[in-house]
Amino acid sequence: MNSLSIKPSRGFITLFYKEVLRFWKVAAQTVAAPVLTALLYLLIFSHVLASHVEVHGVPYTSFLVPGLVMMSVLQNAFANTSSSLIQSKVTGNLVFVLLPPISHSEFFSAYVLASVARGLLVGAGVLVVTTWFGGLSYAAPLWILVFAMMGGAVMGTLGLIAGIWAEKYDQLAAFQNFLILPLTFLSGVFYSIASLPPFWQHVSRWNPVFYMIDGFRYGFFGVSDISPWMSFLVGLGCLLILSSITLSALKRGYKLRA
Amino acid sequence: MTTAIRIEQVYKRFGSVHALNGVDLAIQPGEFFGLLGPNGAGKTTLISALAGLSRPDSGRLMIMGFDVEVDYREARRQLGVVPQELVFDPFFSVRETLEIQAGYYGIDPSRQRRAWIDEILENLDLTSKADANMRTLSGGMKRRVLVAQALVHRPPVIVLDEPTAGVDVELRQTLWQFVRRLNEDGHTIVLTTHYLEEAESLCGRIAMLKAGQVVALDTTRNLLSRFSSHTLRLRTASDKPAQLGMTQERITQENATQECTSGWWTCAFAHFDEIEPMLARIRNAGCMIDELEIGKPDLEDVFVRVMQEQSHEQVRAA
Repeated sequence: MNSLSIKPSRGFITLFYKEVLRFWKVAAQTVAAPVLTALLYLLIFSHVLASHVEVHGVPYTSFLVPGLVMMSVLQNAFANTSSSLIQSKVTGNLVFVLLPPISHSEFFSAYVLASVARGLLVGAGVLVVTTWFGGLSYAAPLWILVFAMMGGAVMGTLGLIAGIWAEKYDQLAAFQNFLILPLTFLSGVFYSIASLPPFWQHVSRWNPVFYMIDGFRYGFFGVSDISPWMSFLVGLGCLLILSSITLSALKRGYKLRA
Repeated sequence: MTTAIRIEQVYKRFGSVHALNGVDLAIQPGEFFGLLGPNGAGKTTLISALAGLSRPDSGRLMIMGFDVEVDYREARRQLGVVPQELVFDPFFSVRETLEIQAGYYGIDPSRQRRAWIDEILENLDLTSKADANMRTLSGGMKRRVLVAQALVHRPPVIVLDEPTAGVDVELRQTLWQFVRRLNEDGHTIVLTTHYLEEAESLCGRIAMLKAGQVVALDTTRNLLSRFSSHTLRLRTASDKPAQLGMTQERITQENATQECTSGWWTCAFAHFDEIEPMLARIRNAGCMIDELEIGKPDLEDVFVRVMQEQSHEQVRAA
């Protein structure tokens, strides 16, 4: 028998590849469907509001597009890690990932990066199909990329926490319906918080998703409710806190290794 | 020589249940080792601890000299586990499943890796199913893929957790042939099974677990001779009670373990040269023998005896 060459980093690369392949194999459901959903939002909202509303001096349709792109990035990044993990736990095939010599940090990085990849792919898809609505500029492309990746990583990590914690699909659905959906819908995807009463403006500032969407939108128009640096720091802080919690849970084998 | 598996004073509790209660075991390289016990004895918990799927409360487990906690990467590379449940990833084909599993163990994609995967597929009769999605396979085929996944990184130690549960006879035969060959090639095999005849024919050494403790540990041969013996079974033509009573009396004097069931008489014996005098006594008593058979020692008898003895000891201790 010829010897097989071993490279320790191969485990991480393979897990990342497998996670990407997993959503790519059902791309109609994991990529095309969310793009269509975002397009429907845009068609409906822009049709109803486009002629009446302007935000930060930008037509409403143009204002809405970055919000929808970022919402798609965030929701799909969350869905990727959480659904992959809960499926593997429920069907029992998680054992194939737990048996090999993959460290908790490799496990974490592979899952989160794959979720970022799906988020970016869906986000890019939404951006492409909404281009013909026009009116988009790219004032600070680097911020666009930074917030898209950071937002995807934050929600991917949150999805990992949900996947680790949940033991049944309905627990995961509760996490998604009662936490993720309100956070994303009340984050300024469809409006600027400047248009809200002072109390709700104050409440919105406690929503970390608001900072990610606001910063992302800054990348397109160069204007935002909050400084992009402030948004970046809040996003980074969230990412570090959530990553620490997840890494600690993975290291202890919480709900994964009995 | 490094011990293939060393388990030292391992304890694991789930609530008030002692799943593992001070298990000590050492398995040498190249052994075909059986881990037997009733349901809930702690077999799967022990395997899980060995594979890093569960963490013991205390104690130490080593695979080929590598601590499963401290040197977990090396320890896991040394071990291939065939899980008890029929689990699979429905997104992938058989070949993809094996390539991904090889990658998890750090094996780079190469001609050697592909050749090894082809070899496993062929040995397990899976070549024609290589590109089939896992969902489309029968239960037996899925079981073969589980075995293939455990072998894909060429581990020196292979643990098979009830691999033939619910498997048809043909696959069972194919599987045992293959596992025997792996053992002949130097792989250490640890087998848990409820089919005791399988364990008896395959395993050189056996540990029996009950309530998280090792209650018997010896070579299969020693266990059989210690707890079980050959038996002479015969059915006599006569059904006269007096005549049977006399024969019974005479046999009982010299063979304490004999019993009578519906015309059949069973006598235990340790050596074959005891048979002839035994038959002579029966003939002299005027009994005609209708049927006669010699039974070999049976692991099932051993298992039942060991488990019963442990139950009695527990009652005495209580």
